[in-house]
Amino acid sequence: MSRAVEDTNRRMLRARDAMDRDYAQPLDVPTLARIAYVSEAHFIRTFRATFGETPHRYLQRRRVERAMFLLRETDRSVSEICLDVGFASLGSFGRTFRDIVGESPTSYRLRAGDLRAVPACFSKAWMRPSSFGEASERAAS
Amino acid sequence: MLTQITHSQIYVLDQDEALDFYVGKLGLEVNTDADLGFMRWLTVNVPGDPEHQILLERPGAPAHDDATAEQVRELVTKGAMGAAAIFTVDDIHKTYEDLLAKGVEFTEEPTERFYGTDCGLRDPFGNNIRIGQPKQGPIEIPDAAQFAAENN
Repeated sequence: MSRAVEDTNRRMLRARDAMDRDYAQPLDVPTLARIAYVSEAHFIRTFRATFGETPHRYLQRRRVERAMFLLRETDRSVSEICLDVGFASLGSFGRTFRDIVGESPTSYRLRAGDLRAVPACFSKAWMRPSSFGEASERAAS
Repeated sequence: MLTQITHSQIYVLDQDEALDFYVGKLGLEVNTDADLGFMRWLTVNVPGDPEHQILLERPGAPAHDDATAEQVRELVTKGAMGAAAIFTVDDIHKTYEDLLAKGVEFTEEPTERFYGTDCGLRDPFGNNIRIGQPKQGPIEIPDAAQFAAENN
């Protein structure tokens, strides 16, 4: 049983959690490597071995995923969304978005707009939490 | 007809350390701690609710061969085991502050959502736990724009 691997996994997970949580902040490799208690070079290599992609790519995917959500569900401008999700420039946002999604933020927004045409009763049904009502009734009785 | 959930299970890498966390920090109660010979049957429950026990199980022999146990331990420490449990509290902000002071590792601070306020944390091994304070009364499902404004 390799305790060292588990300890390493756990520290890499801590750095990944930081990216999920603080994606809108300017996170850099030195910051993340400190969270994981390893050197910068070792961090990039080990993170990739643990989760199958570099920390840089993971953070990009997290930011792009948030950007897709905001493009789909809000009327904020592309440049506002770019800053909202932690990109420093519109150029790198557009490039990264196209690289990951396969189209520009603007064309994604136009296409994804169709998803909002789904009848509201369907989206309501699928988003409804199933058990809170019963749970609070039971707690009250 | 099925009537109740009486047991659920979380893989932990060390049962003593699990007790320190789940009982010492989260404030659950030990329900059963029994040496069955082939395993230590260790369950905890929310105070006052012994009808639902959570088994804190250590992966390993005889249930798993060494290689399989190692795979389970790897998945736990990578945070790949899904949500271990979702708990409810009366005052999420107080709970958050208390647990933060005890050194609990949060992945998300209390965040308001249409169904209530909830936060995320990890146990010492990497399991994902959520604690929430459900909204009282009927829950209004937001439309897409409201949902987006409230969620990140």
